[in-house]
Amino acid sequence: MSAVLKPDFFDVAAIRRDFPILSEQVHGRKLVFLDSAASAQKPRAVIDAMVHSMETQYANVHRGLHWMSERTSDAYEGVRDKVAGLINAASREEIVFTRNATESINLVAYTYGRTALRAGDAIVISEMEHHANIVPWQMLRDAYGVELRIAKITDAGEVDFESLEEKFADGNVKLLAITHMSNVLGTYTPVERLAKFAHERGAKILLDGSQAVVHRQVDVRAIDADFYVFSGHKLYGPSGIGVLYAKREILEAMPPFMGGGDMIASVSYEKSTWAKPPHRFEAGTPAILETIGLGAAIDYVQAVGFSAIAAHERALTDHALNILSPLVKILGRAQDRGGVISFTMEGAHAHDIATLLDRQGIAVRAGHHCAEPLMGRLGVTSTARASFALYTTMEEIDALAAGLVRVKQVFA
Amino acid sequence: MSETAELYQSIIMGRSKNPVHAGRPEIFDAEGEGDNPMCGDRVHVYVQRDGSKIFHESRGCAIMIASAELMADAVAGLTAEQIAECRAAFEAVVNTGTKNPDLGELNALAGVSEYRSRIRCATLPWSALALALEEQKNG
Repeated sequence: MSAVLKPDFFDVAAIRRDFPILSEQVHGRKLVFLDSAASAQKPRAVIDAMVHSMETQYANVHRGLHWMSERTSDAYEGVRDKVAGLINAASREEIVFTRNATESINLVAYTYGRTALRAGDAIVISEMEHHANIVPWQMLRDAYGVELRIAKITDAGEVDFESLEEKFADGNVKLLAITHMSNVLGTYTPVERLAKFAHERGAKILLDGSQAVVHRQVDVRAIDADFYVFSGHKLYGPSGIGVLYAKREILEAMPPFMGGGDMIASVSYEKSTWAKPPHRFEAGTPAILETIGLGAAIDYVQAVGFSAIAAHERALTDHALNILSPLVKILGRAQDRGGVISFTMEGAHAHDIATLLDRQGIAVRAGHHCAEPLMGRLGVTSTARASFALYTTMEEIDALAAGLVRVKQVFA
Repeated sequence: MSETAELYQSIIMGRSKNPVHAGRPEIFDAEGEGDNPMCGDRVHVYVQRDGSKIFHESRGCAIMIASAELMADAVAGLTAEQIAECRAAFEAVVNTGTKNPDLGELNALAGVSEYRSRIRCATLPWSALALALEEQKNG
């Protein structure tokens, strides 16, 4: 029986049976996959949904008048409803499909950034952003003359509201673009407070939900987010599909991102007019199968339930912090944190740690985690990172600790 | 952990912990830098006396530091042409895992061929040295 049919009882063994790859071996050892924050593994339901669509129900969407196209369009558009439900958007028209969170942020920078912002306006980001929430704003700054300001984080790895206050002091800030959960420190940011803070000062807020949406129930209306972005592949769905949520009135006012088929109302050589959102922002044939896969992933996590997922991952994180603390230096100690733990070990480089763990079948990430400026803030050049998912077990965390003991022996 | 013994053998651990060619010399003829944007590792190579003596400043993993050390040993006294040949032979070793009897201790890094993502760590000091020698040639 699939674990998703038993939402009230979190049975991690049953969950793991839903993920075929978890029974694979690496270097002759049982795979211990602790790199889900980079990209998560896929449950059978996602794999089957995509295969089933290719085998029984596939054509281009929004174009054909034939049965196959209409059914495929229904399946594709049905996922828009599922995403709207997942994050409690007010309407399905507020959900734009993109390739990933990176493309979602670039879309906002390119369209909203170049029309709603003026030269001299400022954008604030934090010191713990992924490159995806830094570089698009730098590009906008360099092309368009907006100012980019960096709000500090505290030594614990939390938002420093004093610094934020300073950055907003002159009244020129029009957008706060900030993570909902750090991919390095595991910190959850206080998003409701941040949204209120930005709105009281006349700014909009964009939240990078790439990490958070996997682990917590997100409610964009309760947060009062203006923009919320995430990728499908971290949420147990396929790569190549991402989401941009924006409030309807904001999307209505935004010009298109890319031009082409599907995003127009009419085209002539003299002039073209744009479709209404969300299709205005979805030029060309979309990632049809990947979108259908994302729909299956959303069904899957909702059937397991976010309260059960959060409770399981909290227990994993508490256990990991306890047993890893004597072995390694853990970066960040936010009060509200999730299952992403970055660490360093005296005398051992993160790469060497990752290679030695890999030979024991344990997959962790090592490097700067697409957050080079944050590495500078933390005074390191790279870290190793273990990240947890709904299928992670206590035994895997024990295996990581045992693996790190062996790394210590090699580097002693 | 037997699989890793091949890579993390004592020569690599010893030279990465106690490098003998590390540091920036007061006088040098040319310099070159190697960066790995994937991981943030960086090596800076200084060339003295027409390339016959090498120093390095390294910020990175044990493999990269040991490679910079063994490179400095291996190229001491060689001409630029000989260094280029040595580099090509070394890159063949780390890409294929087949040791080359002419390369001496550089063969300690042959095991890196098992770890695709780590080959760059071993070759980065050589890229930096090549840049330094090019600068010297053009300079």
